[in-house]
Amino acid sequence: MTAVSDRQKLQYIAAQASDARLNVELETEGMTLNLGPQHPATHGTLRIVARLDGEQVVHAEPIMGYMHRGYEKIVEVRTYAQVTTLINRIDWLGSFANEVPFILAAERLMGIEPPKRATWIRTLLFEMARIANIGLFLGEMGLQVGAVTPAFYAFRDREFVLNQIEAVTGGRFHPNFDRIGGVKDDLPKGWIDETRAVMDRMRDFCDEMEELLMGSEIFQARCRGIGVIPADVALQFGLSGANLRASGVDWDIRRDGNHGLLAYDDLDFSVWTHPDGDSFARFWVRLQEVREATKLVDQLLDGMPSGPIMAKVPRIIKVPAGEAFVSTENPLGEMGYYIVSKGDLVPFRVKIRSASFNNVSVVPWVLRGVYVPDIITILGSLYFILGDIDR
Amino acid sequence: MPAPKVPGVLKGLGVTLREAMKTMFPGGPVPSPSKGAATVQYPREKELPATRSRGVISLHEENCTSCMLCARECPDWCIYIEAHKTLAPPRRAGGKPRQVNTLDRFDIDYSLCMYCGICVEVCPFEALFWTPEYEYSEFKIADLLHDKERLGQWLDTVPEFEAYEAGSEAKVKKVPPPPTKASGS
Amino acid sequence: MIALELAYWQETTLRVVIGLAALLALTGGVVYLFLFKFVSFMQSRLGPMEAGPYGSLQLLAEVGKWLQKEDIFTERADRIVFAASPFVVITSTFLLFVVVPGGPNAVVADLDNSLLYAMAVSAISVIGILMAGWASANKYALLGGLRAAGQLVAYELPMILAIVGVVIQAGSLNLQDIVYAQSEGEIFGVGWIGNPFILTQFVGFLVFMIAMQAELTQTPFDMPVAESELVAGYMVEYSGIRFLVYFIAEFATAVGFSAIAATMFLGGWALPADWGISRDWMHVIGPIVAATKAIALTGLVFWVRFSFPRFREDQLQRLAWKFLIPITLANIVVTGVLKVAF
Repeated sequence: MTAVSDRQKLQYIAAQASDARLNVELETEGMTLNLGPQHPATHGTLRIVARLDGEQVVHAEPIMGYMHRGYEKIVEVRTYAQVTTLINRIDWLGSFANEVPFILAAERLMGIEPPKRATWIRTLLFEMARIANIGLFLGEMGLQVGAVTPAFYAFRDREFVLNQIEAVTGGRFHPNFDRIGGVKDDLPKGWIDETRAVMDRMRDFCDEMEELLMGSEIFQARCRGIGVIPADVALQFGLSGANLRASGVDWDIRRDGNHGLLAYDDLDFSVWTHPDGDSFARFWVRLQEVREATKLVDQLLDGMPSGPIMAKVPRIIKVPAGEAFVSTENPLGEMGYYIVSKGDLVPFRVKIRSASFNNVSVVPWVLRGVYVPDIITILGSLYFILGDIDR
Repeated sequence: MPAPKVPGVLKGLGVTLREAMKTMFPGGPVPSPSKGAATVQYPREKELPATRSRGVISLHEENCTSCMLCARECPDWCIYIEAHKTLAPPRRAGGKPRQVNTLDRFDIDYSLCMYCGICVEVCPFEALFWTPEYEYSEFKIADLLHDKERLGQWLDTVPEFEAYEAGSEAKVKKVPPPPTKASGS
Repeated sequence: MIALELAYWQETTLRVVIGLAALLALTGGVVYLFLFKFVSFMQSRLGPMEAGPYGSLQLLAEVGKWLQKEDIFTERADRIVFAASPFVVITSTFLLFVVVPGGPNAVVADLDNSLLYAMAVSAISVIGILMAGWASANKYALLGGLRAAGQLVAYELPMILAIVGVVIQAGSLNLQDIVYAQSEGEIFGVGWIGNPFILTQFVGFLVFMIAMQAELTQTPFDMPVAESELVAGYMVEYSGIRFLVYFIAEFATAVGFSAIAATMFLGGWALPADWGISRDWMHVIGPIVAATKAIALTGLVFWVRFSFPRFREDQLQRLAWKFLIPITLANIVVTGVLKVAF
């Protein structure tokens, strides 16, 4: 794994500069290109208004809101159980991960501590949601740069993870499994061995992606040095998750924040960073994260404690008055819920801090001066999901 | 321009060829792509969904007391319940007649249902059960409103609850037998 | 064999009709085999299975579907140019097939400089693509068309230079002569495999295949049709029969170029003369052999197409001008020296 050579960086900058000079000499007029809202590359209904000069972007602006569903308003009139089932649909690819910070915040307000087995099952499904979500990213990044085949492999191997989630929760995409005080049900017999086999399969899938995409010189030529986000800029824009770690910032909430809420304190895992900050680094970091997640799942399966899965919780849940904010390391980045409760059956106000909203805010900065094909590469590597941006 | 190092792209070609071979010849020299591919040719072949899979909800009418908890807790308010009170014969001779709720109407509108399972979970009398059946598409949306007879018919398809993994302290629940025609709930 | 005495116009008509039928049959077969089935197997899926046994009639179904669609013209499109451009592209394809030999006598027109003619005629499609790009009144189409123009012109050169080595070795521009040179030649004294130019001209072969991939705007050179960015590039505004014509043109050109490559590098319709098969038999076996070799090379094109991501256009221009052209020039020098020396 070599970083982008200085020579390559200088070449790219020189090419951009000469193109810009040529555009001025030829007195080309700018063209405004509208990418989206219906476009194969924008993961949903995101609209990017790009002002082009030749094939270079002069100014780009994301316009979001085409998928706004009014989550923060709708949860003001829903009980906590109903909210849990609705927020599955924010980041629909790794849907269990959406429930976790909300339930943790509610438990903090109620002062309930879930039993150990429940915490471990939560962490287990959380990591499986990460594998399902980012596994799809690996294939779909290939689609952004033009390789159609990796996407099929990603969908095929993701099915196994979804089947395991379905065997436990009853739903492939919308598990609705987390409850205040624990989880809804326990693991069925034989599930642990099946999941171990599935994790082996996902590791083979990662190796396949490495051979097919990461080792391909064409993929590297398309991604190395493209969309470099330095560490300080990443921090300023509030990037999180793999985008931040690919810029060299060593920050992972599983290790550095919210201790004691999930099972990570008892587990052994490494956090991967990459110094380059380009699109290739973001792909590389996510590939390593999927491998790390499979190892985490193996550890969780091996060490699953026995015990109850639900703490003593009243039948009708009225969360006491107060405010709580919990954020977790979701597959897309840092997702957090800020719950304000007035002691009712329903929350008074829930503010959802979604990872993709901040990840997409860096788009105007990072798209200055890049070529049109690179827009797609950079958007693909930043990896946002529209449900997460718009809520 | 990166100097083309041949091995990287050739390895990629090898991966796709290997997958093609795996699909065409899954076992032995005889080509059988139908078995090697990941495709399930619905409706000729069907995958078995998991036991807990949330396909459709069935109603065990005997247990239902029309407490309205499911209708209240549904996020979409897709359950419609109407009931009236009747007098049932006393349990022992010489006692007072009991007041019971009898269901007139228990409809679930599957065009609204989110398949979240809150109704099944909150029912205190275990009158609702999940079944993995999913093939109930209709040509008219109005037909997606399942009335209480249809919901009772789904009861035949409810699978038994599975045993749990070792280390679990949960107790496996039992599915009640479907009502026989003679008892006529 | 039957010897018919036909007037010139009768013979030409017969040749054209049979040639067209062969072209369409080969294209259909290639589309089914590679686009529908082989790529599906590479992606762990089955491909079309419903239309006909194992989906063999899917292409007919697709043709029927496209034929019955509405012929849409966007409001500001330049009608005449927009309507004509698919037919310009397919004319280039049909003209290419005029010189592809399928047997000793099975060629629509046996020109003296058939290879030169083939290369010249294949450049007409650039005009068609540019017409589509500009006439569509669509920014995506324009971007795609301009990228295509630059790319196709850039890759004409390595293609032509790669062929020069073959021409030097065969001593003629006529495709039939090239076939005979390979079939009757011998390499290092070994005659039973003939002298397929792929062995001595492997550099030329590789460059020709890469340039062919670029001429067909297939991945990794499909910037003009970059699906995830430009949503079908210069073809984006086309529907109905015009899109069908583009579709057929794309695959027919792939088959045509592969047939020419097979003729130049693999020996075309001929089997090595040492095997002693008579001329009469070659009239029958020749087309089958030629078709097999062409389909094999087309398979290679599609295998590469579905395995790789795409180059950015400045990267592919750099590949053509700075890498492929110098290599082919070196190849020509070496071939010339060795031809004179031996």
